[in-house]
Amino acid sequence: MSTSGSFAGLAARRRAAGLLVQPRMGFSDPRWMRAGLAAVRRARAATVGTLTLDSYTRVKDYDTAERALADGYPLNGYPLVTHGPDTTRAVLDGIQGPGFPVQVRHGSPLPDDIIAALVTAGLDATEGGPVSYCLPYSRVPLREATASWARSCERFAELRDRGVEPHLESFGGCMMGQMCPPGLLIAITVLEGLFFHRHGLRSISLSYAQQTDARQDEEAVAALRSLATAFLPDDTDWHIVVYTYMGKYPRTHGGALLVLRAAAELAVRTGATRLIVKTPAESYRIPTIEENVEALEFAGAAAAAEATRTPPDPARVPDTGIAAEARQLIEAVLDLHPDVGQALVRAFAKGYLDVPYCLHSDNHGRARGYIDEAGRLRWASVGSMPIRGITGGTREHTVGSSELLSALSYVERTHDLLALRSQDTRTSDALDAGTTAADLRQA
Amino acid sequence: MLMNPLNAAVAPRGRTVLLSSVSSDSHTWNLVFLQLLLEEMGHRVINLGACVPDELLVRECSAIRPDLVVISTVNGHGQVDGARLIGKLRSEPRTRDTPVVIGGKLGITGGAEADGMARRLVSAGFSAVFQDDAEPAEIGRFLASLDHPAPRHPVAAS
Ligand code: B12
Repeated sequence: MSTSGSFAGLAARRRAAGLLVQPRMGFSDPRWMRAGLAAVRRARAATVGTLTLDSYTRVKDYDTAERALADGYPLNGYPLVTHGPDTTRAVLDGIQGPGFPVQVRHGSPLPDDIIAALVTAGLDATEGGPVSYCLPYSRVPLREATASWARSCERFAELRDRGVEPHLESFGGCMMGQMCPPGLLIAITVLEGLFFHRHGLRSISLSYAQQTDARQDEEAVAALRSLATAFLPDDTDWHIVVYTYMGKYPRTHGGALLVLRAAAELAVRTGATRLIVKTPAESYRIPTIEENVEALEFAGAAAAAEATRTPPDPARVPDTGIAAEARQLIEAVLDLHPDVGQALVRAFAKGYLDVPYCLHSDNHGRARGYIDEAGRLRWASVGSMPIRGITGGTREHTVGSSELLSALSYVERTHDLLALRSQDTRTSDALDAGTTAADLRQA
Repeated sequence: MLMNPLNAAVAPRGRTVLLSSVSSDSHTWNLVFLQLLLEEMGHRVINLGACVPDELLVRECSAIRPDLVVISTVNGHGQVDGARLIGKLRSEPRTRDTPVVIGGKLGITGGAEADGMARRLVSAGFSAVFQDDAEPAEIGRFLASLDHPAPRHPVAAS
């Protein structure tokens, strides 16, 4: 295996520097993008840089991206393909380097242009997957996305011929951001990892997005680790990346930071390598450079504080069946076809995988998640997935708009409330351990 | 990606609502929520889902001839995508007079220039623009106001 590649030394850096924290940052103006990357590099935390791409690039609408740039209309991300390799090299020059890897995050079911553009610009790390960048992101048929991702992975893997080890992260641990119980998230990210390996990649990360309950999330990340160990071939260099909550986010500054702190703690307790952060602006607009830096430093400090605490007793987290459920899904899918890409397409056609509330026409759309009385995310209905009864799935009932909105707002509501309460007393348990300057300022 | 009703039945005086995102926007929780809400009010909803190309929307709108088109978008490109889309709907005889509203997070600045944006979108042809903090149930009031429509251009022969 080649030794160069910006994500190749990540595990060693994690051991030396602590949890790696990374933003979802992207601006259409190259000067801002460069300033943002420089600020992330300088931040007082072990950071990884990000180029988050805009929505036009994600759907290959390069004309509109170009017109928006010409009109000076700011986009929701960096238009990598439209800016071209010279501009991107200038954005990265002197910032990206051995101590500071930069990853491209996008959300494109047909990633060929993006992979070609990032390789030409001298980048070697990105994110995605045939399922996770198709079903929640597009109306492209799953079969087409799978074929495109297969070709793009193979092309990306050719970087190795030049002595560079390319890195690909599966977004499978996110699926719709909310309301998808952990077993399915784990199964999809492991299956995408297998797909990446099958198409030539050897440096891979698997993801898990924080959900509604810390203990459940701990069990889930442990399950992900054991299943990745069991299923990924031995020549895979893999790590786990945790995403700070990806659903409807708290509106208060304090509430947003409480969710971020819990995500940093989850990442440390479960031995994750990286954490993707969210900022207090998440609920309403694209965050500024300063807000990104604040979130990174806050998460880094929260992770460092958690690392000094006694490591959790594994017995503390009871086994509620998440690992068994995920394994059952993975095995059922792999049994459908010797090629994992085709197996995935068949699995969705048969409803063996079914993402709750996903409108994509290749998704059965019969599965439903709900948040139980204790705040855990569970199956109300599993549709045709072969997992009925392992962690739930027998609570079928009709969900109306207000019940749906209430479930989507659970994390927002509980954390905003906690933050407002601690503002009153200033002594809340939630805020005293590891409180940083940032939340004292807010309190 | 035409969707079946998620839940409720159509009321006798229910309207037909075409619900859609814009071409660059993949967010769908907003669409799922609005579909349920409109169905609970007794309306029939056709939900076109994520990343709807302008041409598809114009085609569906011409074929279905809905009482109302609701555009919901939150990715911050709604100002650009909405303005382009409404231009296309207004230049087609069959969709020229269809009421079309837009709402969600229409820019990336958290509503900093909301008023100017709303004015531009209305002058581009939207019947109403709802800001991010608007009560979604206001769509119901808008639909009710269609019962006493202001005189409008005659619709081209169907
Ligand atoms: C979940 C989520 C996702 C999921 C979406 C999955 C899916 N298929 O839906 C994933 C992870 C895939 C995702 C991806 C992206 N996202 Co997103 N996402 C969110 C998030 C966290 C929650 C949205 C949600 O589920 N809301 C629940 C629904 C029910 O509520 P709502 O959407 O807010 O809509 C309400 C109102 O706006 C109103 N409403 C909406 N439409 C209409 C229409 C009318 C007529 C009326 C009256 C009312 C109305 O009614 C709703 C109920 O109150 C928000 C931030 C947040 N809110 O916390 C970001 C957010 C919307 N995403 C954002 C962005 C930019 C993206 C990306 C481009 C990635 C990026 N650069 O960060 C991609 C999108 C790719 C694309 N092609 O568009 C930005 C938009 C920025 C802006 N507008 O300023 C936000 C605000 C996050 C942020 N601060 O950066 N996202």
